[in-house]
Amino acid sequence: MVTVALKGLAGRKVRALLTAIAIVLGVAMISGTYILTDTINNGFNTIVVNSYKNADVVISGEAAFKNTNGNGVETPTFPQDVLSEVKALPDVAAAAGSVTSDNVKLIGKDGKVVDTGGAPSLGFSVDPREQQFNPTKLTAGSWPSGGDQVAIDKATASREGFAVGDTIELQTVGPQRSFHISGIAELTGVGSIGGATFALFDLPTAQRVFAKPGQLDVIRIQSKTGVSTAKLVSEIKPLLPPTAAVRDANAQVKEDKKEFDIAFLQYILLAFAGISLFVGAFVIANTLAITIAQRMREFATLRTLGASRRQVLWSVVIEAFVIGLLGSVIGLFLGLGLAKLLNKLFVTFGIDLPQGQTVFATRTVIVSLVVGTVVTLVASIRPARRATRVPPIAAVREGSVLPVSRFARYGPVTALGILAAAIVLVALGTLASGIATGPRLLLLGVGVLLLFFGVSMNAARVVRPLAAVLGAPARSIGGAPGILARDNATRNPARTASTASALMIGLALVTFVAIFSAGTFKSFEGAVDQLFIADYAITATNTFTPIDAAAGKALVGKPGVSDVTPIRAGSSRFLGSDHNLTAVEPNIATGVRLDWKAGNTSVPRRLGNNSFFTDNDFAKSHHLHVGSVVNLEFPSGKHADVRLLGIYEKPNGGSPFGEATISTALFDKYIPRPRDEMVLINTLRRREGADARRVQSELHQADQEGHQPALRAACVVGDRQPGRDHQHARPDDLRAYA
Amino acid sequence: MEAATAVPAVDVVARAPAAVVAAREVTRRYGEGDTAVDALRGVTLDIEQGKLTAVMGPSGSGKSTLMHILAALDKPTSGSVWIAGNDLGKLNDTETTKLRREHIGFVFQFFNLLPMLTAEENVVLPLTIAGEKPEREWREELLKKVGLQDRRSHRPAELSGGQQQRVAIARALVSKPTVVFADEPTGNLDSKTSGEILDLMRDSVDSLGQTTVMVTHDARAAAIADRILFLADGLIVRDMPRSDPGAVIAAMEELTQG
Repeated sequence: MVTVALKGLAGRKVRALLTAIAIVLGVAMISGTYILTDTINNGFNTIVVNSYKNADVVISGEAAFKNTNGNGVETPTFPQDVLSEVKALPDVAAAAGSVTSDNVKLIGKDGKVVDTGGAPSLGFSVDPREQQFNPTKLTAGSWPSGGDQVAIDKATASREGFAVGDTIELQTVGPQRSFHISGIAELTGVGSIGGATFALFDLPTAQRVFAKPGQLDVIRIQSKTGVSTAKLVSEIKPLLPPTAAVRDANAQVKEDKKEFDIAFLQYILLAFAGISLFVGAFVIANTLAITIAQRMREFATLRTLGASRRQVLWSVVIEAFVIGLLGSVIGLFLGLGLAKLLNKLFVTFGIDLPQGQTVFATRTVIVSLVVGTVVTLVASIRPARRATRVPPIAAVREGSVLPVSRFARYGPVTALGILAAAIVLVALGTLASGIATGPRLLLLGVGVLLLFFGVSMNAARVVRPLAAVLGAPARSIGGAPGILARDNATRNPARTASTASALMIGLALVTFVAIFSAGTFKSFEGAVDQLFIADYAITATNTFTPIDAAAGKALVGKPGVSDVTPIRAGSSRFLGSDHNLTAVEPNIATGVRLDWKAGNTSVPRRLGNNSFFTDNDFAKSHHLHVGSVVNLEFPSGKHADVRLLGIYEKPNGGSPFGEATISTALFDKYIPRPRDEMVLINTLRRREGADARRVQSELHQADQEGHQPALRAACVVGDRQPGRDHQHARPDDLRAYA
Repeated sequence: MEAATAVPAVDVVARAPAAVVAAREVTRRYGEGDTAVDALRGVTLDIEQGKLTAVMGPSGSGKSTLMHILAALDKPTSGSVWIAGNDLGKLNDTETTKLRREHIGFVFQFFNLLPMLTAEENVVLPLTIAGEKPEREWREELLKKVGLQDRRSHRPAELSGGQQQRVAIARALVSKPTVVFADEPTGNLDSKTSGEILDLMRDSVDSLGQTTVMVTHDARAAAIADRILFLADGLIVRDMPRSDPGAVIAAMEELTQG
């Protein structure tokens, strides 16, 4: 019987292949997603592993907490004395300390910051005497030595046209500075580091440039032969301050890899793959149902020759299995191409991720094949069950109809029930209040899924009336063919409905993305206009990497500038979890209009060193009220108690503030290298009639004077639109992807 | 070639009839109410083992319906049918499937071969379905008998109508069923080919002792039968022993006029 099914399939190669295509796209998206994310992960992995080559044990700064979903946490440093103490240990063969930074912006020859597409602008110190630990190798020139020398990465050098002996401007903490390029280097064993750039310095220069005097970020240690890493780790531990930790190199690699978490990307792409498979399953179920209707005589003949219902069922299921497997295999390999395409897409969106050798993991193969095949099998169950109901007499009589299933009489009730349940779930998910986001999304997800089934199950009943109305013009315009067309649509309402269902899902998806992006864009636009009242905002070129606080400080008191008010971005641990922490100056009201629920506009002025404010959602969910005291923990492990002074209503378009906002004075006391997510500026001239271009050119001129380095590293967003560009970039990307 | 003398025995007792195929007071009504049509109005018959029985009748006489009911393709509205001592009305789906495998062979008017299988694969299909391995000698004997040794690996589309029907006959015989039902086996063939097919059917009865029931409206086909049952308006109206085509035609004319 298996042979019969397989031979039957072989006899309908083209149809089988076309059916398989329905599943190919979904599987290609699964496999493409895995290949892309594995390849990127592997790129990160190579970089991380390479950066600890030859090290047995690694000492690194250790933050008191991470804040992976928010502003992130700058890892604390530790004093450089640790290095000499470690070197003095008898079991240590070699040790080298270095400092690192992800904020060394290279300025191109055009005077603009080299765009990294969201990738970090890395900087680190190298010690030419400790080559065994050096993750880079020179391709030209020599290692940097002395306060005015730098080596830059090969990709940037060739892209921006820099060579050994050239002068390059760099911007890190504090003012922009010139360096001589002593050498060009590349990371050993890594094809591409994505959009990232790096700059190398000798240790004292790096410490000065990164504003980490007398401090180290990492010490790489090689043990003497015969000394176990565990032993070395236990010897080093007592020497360390609380902001540092020691691990064997493998554990450090694992720790560092946590920083490069692209799981979110994987989830988004897999969600698209899931929808695509869902549509594919509908198409397959439909195609199989039609095929079976055409092959009723064949199934009936098999029954007269003694085939049992079970055998007929299996012959359809086996057919589906082969189709599913075939489609999955094609999809699996198509995924290789799709991964490359997706990466190109990301690069055009400015998300340039590191790439190495394409990774084609066993997991990719297994998941793609299993999911594709299982989805096809599930889609075949209903058509297969229909095939078993073909009566033997259909072998001798044309036009036999399938007897209705035992459950058919419950059909209308079930269909309506599912539809009703779906509507209730969706209504609850959208309208009910007091449900947490997780359950709400679950309600919506299950509701929408049921809605698709409910609509497609009930659609059959709508076909006849709908065709009568829509078919009326067909009769008057199309004549006999028009009538035939209308009658064809109504002949088998279930088939018409299920064909339409596949289209319904596709259209629903497109509509969803269009509404989502338009909706978020509109709401952001309105909300952002309401919220930000400053004339200008300074942000990083990519609009989301925080900029050094020196930028805003340098603007204060410049001619033509009336108000400068920064919003600092950092992280803190309080009330049991990690949160975004922001800080403002007393004059924040000149840049941001907040609607105070408790307290008033004087709150920012009265923050001092012991208060904070928060939004109404956070206050409600954590039962905070004015006067509540919260203990903030900073990444360095230090603590400060702050009292709640005011509560503002969280703006619709998203808040520029974290869960807690303190004064910049308190912020800068606990966070060593403070950064701003944006600096808001008002100008004097604007109200006196000067046009936007004039003011802008003045700001640019202030920048040209050389005292406001950050302006060159930042973009000035147009008149009264601070922040808006930032938020609407994402929905557009999503729309393009769909 | 003895003339069949078995007059429809009205043995309506619940006891299973001795005949390999038996029908008792079988009726079949299509539709309901005013538009209801009675295709069979109480047919009782016994089919003799090892004989070829033809069922004849004009269009609408109910001969096809009778055949479908005898072959377990359709269910009677009332009455009962026995095959090899099994009361078809008392069998469930699984038991009916088993009965088809063991006791019934079927020859269709439109051949009903599976297009993707070769002639040989089509012939052994009933055994394949039953999960049995065909004996090589028996398979060769069958292929030789139907004259398809050279065409065994051809697909139906590559065979003529007559060849296809021969494949179908071999397929009906392969499981050595209790009874072979042939539904207008020559209805879709030209007269020369029809003659060959009829010879083949006659031969399968003579050489293999294959009990066969054949529905036909072709007098020439009926003339090869050991016994001819005439149906009109859903009732058996005449039971003839083996006759020549002329006698069959005369009987038919008598029927249609009467």
